[in-house]
Amino acid sequence: MNLATKDIRHNLGRFALTTVGVGMLLMIVMGMGGIYRGIIADATLLIDSVGADLWVVQRDTRGPFAELSRVPQNLVHRVYAVPGVTASREFVYHTVQRQRDEKALRMAVLGLSWPTDKGEWIQLTAGRSLKQNHFEMIADKSLGLAVGEQIKLGKETYTVVGTTSNMISSGADGIGFVTVADAQAIQFDVPGEAVRLERASRYARGESSEVGIKQPALLENASKPSFELPTTPRAQISAVMVTVSPGADVNEVARAIAGWGDVSVYTSSEEREFLLKGNVEKVRRQIGLFRVLLTVIAAIIMALILYTLTLDKIHSIALLKLIGAPNTVILGLIVQQALVLGVVGFGIAFLIGQKIFPMFPRRVILTNPDLIQLGVIVLGISVASSLLGIWKAMHVSPNEALS
Amino acid sequence: MNQAADAELAIETKSLTKIYGSGNTEVVAMRDACMKVARGEVVALLGPSGSGKSTFLTAVGLINPPTSGQVFIRGQLILDADQAQVNLRSFRRQHIGFVFQKSNLIPFLSAIENVQIAIELNGQSSRVARQSAQKLLDDLGVGDRADNRPSMLSGGQQQRVAVARALANNPSIILADEPTAALDSHRGRQVMELFAQVAHEHGAGVIVVTHDHRALDVFDTTYEMEDGRMFQPTHSQPN
Repeated sequence: MNLATKDIRHNLGRFALTTVGVGMLLMIVMGMGGIYRGIIADATLLIDSVGADLWVVQRDTRGPFAELSRVPQNLVHRVYAVPGVTASREFVYHTVQRQRDEKALRMAVLGLSWPTDKGEWIQLTAGRSLKQNHFEMIADKSLGLAVGEQIKLGKETYTVVGTTSNMISSGADGIGFVTVADAQAIQFDVPGEAVRLERASRYARGESSEVGIKQPALLENASKPSFELPTTPRAQISAVMVTVSPGADVNEVARAIAGWGDVSVYTSSEEREFLLKGNVEKVRRQIGLFRVLLTVIAAIIMALILYTLTLDKIHSIALLKLIGAPNTVILGLIVQQALVLGVVGFGIAFLIGQKIFPMFPRRVILTNPDLIQLGVIVLGISVASSLLGIWKAMHVSPNEALS
Repeated sequence: MNQAADAELAIETKSLTKIYGSGNTEVVAMRDACMKVARGEVVALLGPSGSGKSTFLTAVGLINPPTSGQVFIRGQLILDADQAQVNLRSFRRQHIGFVFQKSNLIPFLSAIENVQIAIELNGQSSRVARQSAQKLLDDLGVGDRADNRPSMLSGGQQQRVAVARALANNPSIILADEPTAALDSHRGRQVMELFAQVAHEHGAGVIVVTHDHRALDVFDTTYEMEDGRMFQPTHSQPN
C-alpha cells in the first residue's frame, strides 16, 4: 500500500494547490534559464546566420558587436583582392528609434551589400528578398510591419517586401534589412537646415584659411554638397565580412589581412565570443545569480511545505510507529510526497511555461539540457527539502499516538 | 517458575518502576508493578486518573521503557529496565495489538486499509492482507463500512475497526487503554466481550485499562493501581 498517494488523495485539493504554487515558482526558475538562453540566441543570431568566415574591423577594436568600429567603405574592395577571399561585404549596423502609430518603434538597421547580398540567406516567413538597390526592406515580425507596409526613415519611405521571425538584435530590437546605401542614408540623415549650416560653416572656415584667401575660387566649392568634394571623407562602414573560398585556409587569409596597419581581423567565433563576453556576460551573471536565489527560495518553500505536511500527519506517523512500521515506511511516505510535489510541480511549470513564455517580449528558449538539469535540481531539492520533515518524523515518539 | 510455565504466560512484569525527572522534580509514576497475564486471560486494570495505569500500559507495550524492572512476553525477556533485548518496533508489530480510548485510526486510510496496513507491515502481500482485513471487519460487524474513511464512521464503528487492526497479526498480547470511553454502555460492553472472545479464541493475553465498572464481569482478573502501586483487590478472583 502506498501511503504517500493515499495521503495525497485524502488532501487532494490542498496538495494540488500547493503543487500549483510550487509549479509556478519553478516556472519562474525555468523561465530565468530560458530568458538567458534567449538572450544568447538573440545576441548571436546575426553572427551565426550572416555566414561570414572573417570580420575585418577598425584596428585595435573588437568589432561592431563589442564597440564602435569604423572602416572605410573601400576596404571591401581591398579585402576582396586578397587571395582566398571569395566574397567581401560591407557591414553597416545601427539602431534607430522612430514614432509610429504614436508608439516608439526601435529598429536595428542592417545594411546588405547590394548587389552581392540581396538577403537570400535570411529565412523569410513571408514575401521576398530585396530586388532593388533602394527603398525596400525586410523586416522582423517583432517590428509589427507586414509585407506591403511602408515606413518613413529619414527622408525616404521604405516598403516592406519580406518578413522574418526572431531576427532581433542583442538589445531585442527587431532587425530591418535594407541595402548598405539605404542603411547609411538612414544613419547619416540630417535635416536640411543642418546641411545648410554645415555648408555655411565650411565657407566661413575657408574664408579664414590661407588657402581660401590665396585661391578664392575654391570657396565656391565649399557650398557644394559634401559628396561632390573630394577632400570630404566618405561615409564609413562598421566592418567588412569576408567569405573564404572553399579549400582556402581561413587563418592564412586572416594573417594576410591582419598585416595591414589599419584593421584587425577576427573569425566569426571570436566575434561571437567578444559579444558574449562583453554585452551578455553581465546579464548572464545577473540572471544566473537570480536563478540560484530563486532555486534556494524554492527549496526553502518546499521544505516548509513538506514540514507542514509532515506536521499535519504527525499523529498518523506516531501511530504507524506504534503499530511497528519501520522507519523506511515513514521515510518513504515523506520522500515520495516530496518527489511527487517536485515532479508534478516541474510538469506544471513546463506546461504553464509553454503557454506563457511566448507572450514575453523577449524570447524564452527552453533547451532539453537545461530542462534536464533543472529536473535533476528539482529532484535534489525535493529530497533535500524533505529532510526537515524526515527529521521531525524520526523524532516523533509512538507515545504521541496515545495523546 | 519453570520454562514451560513461563511460556504459558502471555505477559509477566517484574517490579516495573518508572521515574520521571530527577532531584526536586522527580516523580515516581509507577513503583514495583508486577503482573502476570496468562494466554487467553483478560485482565482489567483499574485506578483513578494519574495512578500510573497508562505508564504501565506503555511500558508493557514497549513504547515507554521503565526505569527499572523487567518485561517478559511469552516467557522471553524483552525489556530489562530501559535495555531492549529485541528490536522493539519489530516486536510490537509482530506480537502486540493496541486499542486506545480514541479509535486512533489513520485518517487518510479507509477502514479496511487501516487494518490492511498493519498486516502488510508484517510482510503479507497486499492481496492477502486485504482479504484478511475484510474478514476481520466482517467478523466485527463493520465489513459493510470497509471503504469508508474514519471520518465517515460512528465512534463505535471506529473502535471496532481499531480492534480489528489490533487483532490483525494475531498478537500475543492486546493492550487497550479505556477503549470504551467514547462508547455508550451497550457498545462498551460489546467491545469488552469482544476482547474476552479474542483472548479465549486466539490465546492472547489482554490487558484493558478501564473506568467502566459495569463490565467487570467480563474480565478474568482485575488489578488496581493507586499512586503508582499495583495490587489485586481482595474481591478479584480469576475465573
